[in-house]
Amino acid sequence: MTGDDSERLITHVRSALERDRAVSIEGEASKAFLGPRADGELLSTRGHTGIIEYRPDELVVTARAGTLLSELDAALGAENQMLACDPPHFGGKGTLGGAIAAGFSGPARPWQGSVRDGLLGVELVNGYGERMQFGGQVMKNVAGYDVSRLMVGARGTLGLILSASLKVLPRPEYTRTAVVAVDRVEACSRSLNLLHKPFPISGSCYVDNHLHVRLSGNEAAVEDASETLRADLEVEESFWDQVRDHEHPFFQGSRPLWRVSLARGSCAYSEICQEQLVEWAGAQVWAYMDDTQSVIELGEGEHATPFRNVAADSSKRIGTEDKYVRRLKAAFDPQDIFNRGMVV
Amino acid sequence: MSNPRVLELFRAHLPPQSIITDQAAVRPFETDGITAFRERPWVVVLPETVEQVRSVLQISRDHDVPVVTRGAGTGLSGGARPIRDGVLLTMSKMSKVIEVDLDACTATVEPGVANLAISDAVREHGLYYAPDPSSQIACSIGGNVAENSGGVHCLKYGLTVHNVLGIRVQTIEGEELVLGGKTYDSPGYDLLALMMGSEGMLGVVTQVTVKLLPEPPDKRVLLGVYDDLPKAGDSVSAIIGAGLIPAALEMMDALAIRAAEEYVHAGYPIDAAAILLCELDGVASQVESDADRVSDIMKAKGAINVRTATTEEECELFWKGRKAAFPALGRLAPDYYCMDGSVPRHAIGRVLSEITRLSTVYQLPVANVFHAGDGNLHPLVLYDANKEDELQRAETFGGKILEYCVAVGGTITGEHGVGVEKLDQMCLQFSEAELNQFHRLKAAFDPGALMNPGKAVPALARCSELGGMHVHEGKVPHPELERF
Repeated sequence: MTGDDSERLITHVRSALERDRAVSIEGEASKAFLGPRADGELLSTRGHTGIIEYRPDELVVTARAGTLLSELDAALGAENQMLACDPPHFGGKGTLGGAIAAGFSGPARPWQGSVRDGLLGVELVNGYGERMQFGGQVMKNVAGYDVSRLMVGARGTLGLILSASLKVLPRPEYTRTAVVAVDRVEACSRSLNLLHKPFPISGSCYVDNHLHVRLSGNEAAVEDASETLRADLEVEESFWDQVRDHEHPFFQGSRPLWRVSLARGSCAYSEICQEQLVEWAGAQVWAYMDDTQSVIELGEGEHATPFRNVAADSSKRIGTEDKYVRRLKAAFDPQDIFNRGMVV
Repeated sequence: MSNPRVLELFRAHLPPQSIITDQAAVRPFETDGITAFRERPWVVVLPETVEQVRSVLQISRDHDVPVVTRGAGTGLSGGARPIRDGVLLTMSKMSKVIEVDLDACTATVEPGVANLAISDAVREHGLYYAPDPSSQIACSIGGNVAENSGGVHCLKYGLTVHNVLGIRVQTIEGEELVLGGKTYDSPGYDLLALMMGSEGMLGVVTQVTVKLLPEPPDKRVLLGVYDDLPKAGDSVSAIIGAGLIPAALEMMDALAIRAAEEYVHAGYPIDAAAILLCELDGVASQVESDADRVSDIMKAKGAINVRTATTEEECELFWKGRKAAFPALGRLAPDYYCMDGSVPRHAIGRVLSEITRLSTVYQLPVANVFHAGDGNLHPLVLYDANKEDELQRAETFGGKILEYCVAVGGTITGEHGVGVEKLDQMCLQFSEAELNQFHRLKAAFDPGALMNPGKAVPALARCSELGGMHVHEGKVPHPELERF
């Protein structure tokens, strides 16, 4: 079903404002494992779907918030293109609006950027019930504050995203994965090299004592890189989607799974725990841990967040900019109607 | 004005050489890169430490004195133009490289460090900082953050927002915000992204951590020559449409080509209607095959000649004319007015035709030098400020160009910022609700409206005086145009 459900959504927001009720925004609930949705009347974007505009030679796609990422992939793939960012699809159900609200990134993040990096503009409804447009469809735009990117990772607390424009890229002509069996220490030093060397890299993952490095470019460039990396080349197409969408067997465990965001080049992951999967040349670690505090010593700016099989602990997630966070929330949503109580 | 009490407090917290009140010494600070907007500040302060920045902000807040932050003063929208009764907080003395982290491939620097100085500091390690605004030899990284600066290579490597990992910001209320760092993300709202391009309206940047990239091992520049401007425009769309992402893709029109060639002798064909410069970089095998494809596309789209530079010297020669284009055009007329509209690539041809038409209407010559790959136009309107009404005509002409950019689905500023220059056009691009949202957002950081007041976002009264044209209500000029 493709359709413009914006009038109903805006009417619901205005009605909630009048009745002083909170609304809880939900797409396909692909990230329900993060915790229950916020209290309040359900505001579903499921009926607000479809690509509004896509011009391949502009490298931009604009779609409604409820559009499935898989639907975007299919439309872009037909033109031999792909999203510049690589957000997880989680169960094949992830939507565009959800990808922006969550701000998660797949294994390509250090080389191809995040959702925030690829976002060019959003249309949203704020907590005054006003329909607004920020950013646009052009690559360079510095008119006004960057409200679009502020929406990424805000978990729907600043407004309801109606539609968004994202940057797209041509699909690389040739993609292979360099795979090499190494221990953690060796994986660390090799991962660091991935930031230093001008290889055509589009992803890294260390799991089950193997370092996987995805290489994308023309055939000669990919072959050259694999020689320098002293690794065999494999096809492994589904491996990267499985890692991104948490469908890889590693993610099927039942113990508490944490996401640890480390500094570039820190390579502290060898000390975190036994059961881990490491992406982003060492900077994103997925770790099964019962108790983080006794195990991880985090450096400046590094952080660990509960992800699966564990209740979110809000006390760990409030930054020093607390006062400004509260004021920003009030600037967009003074009656606190959007996703009330959601921890950002 | 002068405020003796405030001055006394500044003197208690800053060394004497960091406070300038002498009217002759203040003069160089009365304008930034756009000299049409001038104001003499009553005091210029040049702090050397974060503590001194905090003192200046605290004293200013306690005494209700506005603060305008300035980097190197190379901005092109009047964002750092002083305010008569305000303090001009100049960051140029905070210019130390604090740390280069070779494991993380990052550099952490003070805000007054010049953009190019970062690459200079890490070149020996085979690394560089990618965003390269044309003023990169002088412009400061703090100013780059405030403007979200781009440059010739942002088509492939992104803007400042894509290349800065962390900043420290001092707020007018006395807090230090540590935003980002060396991690790829941080909990909470993305205030790091919000600060990018916020034009000194929300806080003062006192430290910047940037991402460094490995120098590409190979580079080629192609120069496509055209006898017809639209053919060059079509080539741009065709190159991008073919799945190629050049490091840079720049266009110059006839007037710009001739001016640049006469000025620096780069070997440009002076009878051409347009040239395209396309730089490809990366590993050798990739660059080689991409260069062949670009050359074929240019020829198929009607280029009368395509030349390829492979050595460093040849590449530099091709770029020499492009880099000298603005000063070269500056020799053709006493003054020029540089615009910065950004449009969808497929609209470039239409916008260029409209600019040519407006040039006849306002009887002022215009040259076009621009970042064609990302649709960012820099039309230069040539005029003589000493001739009656020419400045005014140039400004009106420029304003009309920006209105047209909005009408075809673009924006009034791609990389120069709004500052004081484009306040009127902001009324055209944003609705009253959107402008109100901007004002509330600013108030969250600066409730007293002391940081760079009157810049970047127009007061609603200003827009209603102009007639309050709002794009989203369909009251745009040129309603006949398709909007997307």
